[in-house]
Amino acid sequence: MISFLTLLEKEVIRFWKVGFQTVAAPVVTALLYLLIFSHVLEAHVRVYDDVPYTAFLVPGLIMMSVLQNSFANSSSSLIQSKVTGSIVFMLLAPISWRAFWAAYVIAAALRGFLVGLAVFLMTLVFAGVHLEAPLWILTFALLGGAVLATLGVIAGIWADKFDQLAAFQNFIIVPLTFLSGVFYSVHSLPPFWQQVSHWNPVFYMIDGFRYGFFAKSDISPWTSLGVVALCFVLLAGLTLDLLRRGYKLRM
Amino acid sequence: MSSAIRITGVTKRYGATQALDGIDLDIAEGEFFGLLGPNGAGKTTLISALAGLVIPDSGRLEVMGHNVQTDYRQARLKLGVVPQELVFDPFFSVREALRIQSGYYGIRRNDDWIDEILANLDLTSKAQANMRSLSGGMKRRVLVAQALVHKPPVIVLDEPTAGVDVELRHGLWRFIRRLNAEGHTIVLTTHYLEEAEAECQRIAMMKAGRIVALDSTANLLQRFGDGTNNLEEAFMRVMKEAA
Repeated sequence: MISFLTLLEKEVIRFWKVGFQTVAAPVVTALLYLLIFSHVLEAHVRVYDDVPYTAFLVPGLIMMSVLQNSFANSSSSLIQSKVTGSIVFMLLAPISWRAFWAAYVIAAALRGFLVGLAVFLMTLVFAGVHLEAPLWILTFALLGGAVLATLGVIAGIWADKFDQLAAFQNFIIVPLTFLSGVFYSVHSLPPFWQQVSHWNPVFYMIDGFRYGFFAKSDISPWTSLGVVALCFVLLAGLTLDLLRRGYKLRM
Repeated sequence: MSSAIRITGVTKRYGATQALDGIDLDIAEGEFFGLLGPNGAGKTTLISALAGLVIPDSGRLEVMGHNVQTDYRQARLKLGVVPQELVFDPFFSVREALRIQSGYYGIRRNDDWIDEILANLDLTSKAQANMRSLSGGMKRRVLVAQALVHKPPVIVLDEPTAGVDVELRHGLWRFIRRLNAEGHTIVLTTHYLEEAEAECQRIAMMKAGRIVALDSTANLLQRFGDGTNNLEEAFMRVMKEAA
């Protein structure tokens, strides 16, 4: 337990020490999206009749921040320690592969959660607060963060160089998060693209998270929870197997 | 005397290269053992296999009776390894790095022993310094410190004095000798053969993934030193004969 807690603590201290980069900067990015999109579209788009577009946008931006930063934390920490060689200190130690996975995922999800919380607090200035079902908000924030944190561990293990990780992020993570209904309802898309969206697990995370704010969603939150939970179980299983076999870490 | 390290039939291939070609080795508890060989002989691969950093293709490795694959947690608790490369985590100071390393081995409050290690390695003044700001020799001494935080009964030093100046090298060996006198098993790889000759009771010489000589230091000097009492001469002769 102490070795797990130490690794967890170390991963949290790692991102907290550079908090301007890891927490503050993503908040600024999210606020810029909010300002620009609300300025351009507020008068022209209303997804839910009684919800202004700015208010509609806020949950999507919060969740996008949660997801992207959860992924970034675990993936960047692992690739950095592999490139510098400092991962050897963890591999030499009697840390079980389950503890290794849990520490990285919890720390990354925590960073995502903190960024999301900071974005939420900052957006209060620009949009009113609708918190119809806070438990759903918390559930999807934590579970979604854990999914992307686990994906970050996979990416960090797989990538040998920073540009491979960047490719993973730019060609997989960013498109998945941007094309998931953050800025729009999928019902506004042509039928084909609506179906495509339903194959994107991030869509369910955003939709379920947004339900917590407005008690409105494109899909039932229970369905979204099921999909996201299944994703987590599958990805966690894959990651644990990679760690158990020592894939790319103990070769 | 029981084995600190037992290696049986270990092989490892990387593509066309047979890095380890059937290694059998038994190192007793309390030994000061030298593992010598030219670059590419397989020394670091063997150490990595022992530490669980590399999974061998076949064979068995044990540290203090614990299989490094099937009983890895106990095996790693018993082993401290100083890696060859100068690696460090740039986010932390020396003391933070040692505290974290202690925590990885399940030790929460370890500052007394950390202070003693730092003093013995002449790093006390650098305890609060960020790892990035240290010289190469200092970073190497921190690597030694990290291998010792959990007081492992078996300590493997992979070229521990590379880049370390003469005075500090003497200090380091004084400390390592003290640990050996207290019962710790020491396994050393070094290209400074005079260090191996001075410190090691028994030496294995490796070439192309095989152990080509294994004997007490005195016997190796007698058999291969040709009366010169010079381990370097003996080493060169062994390598030539093993070609």
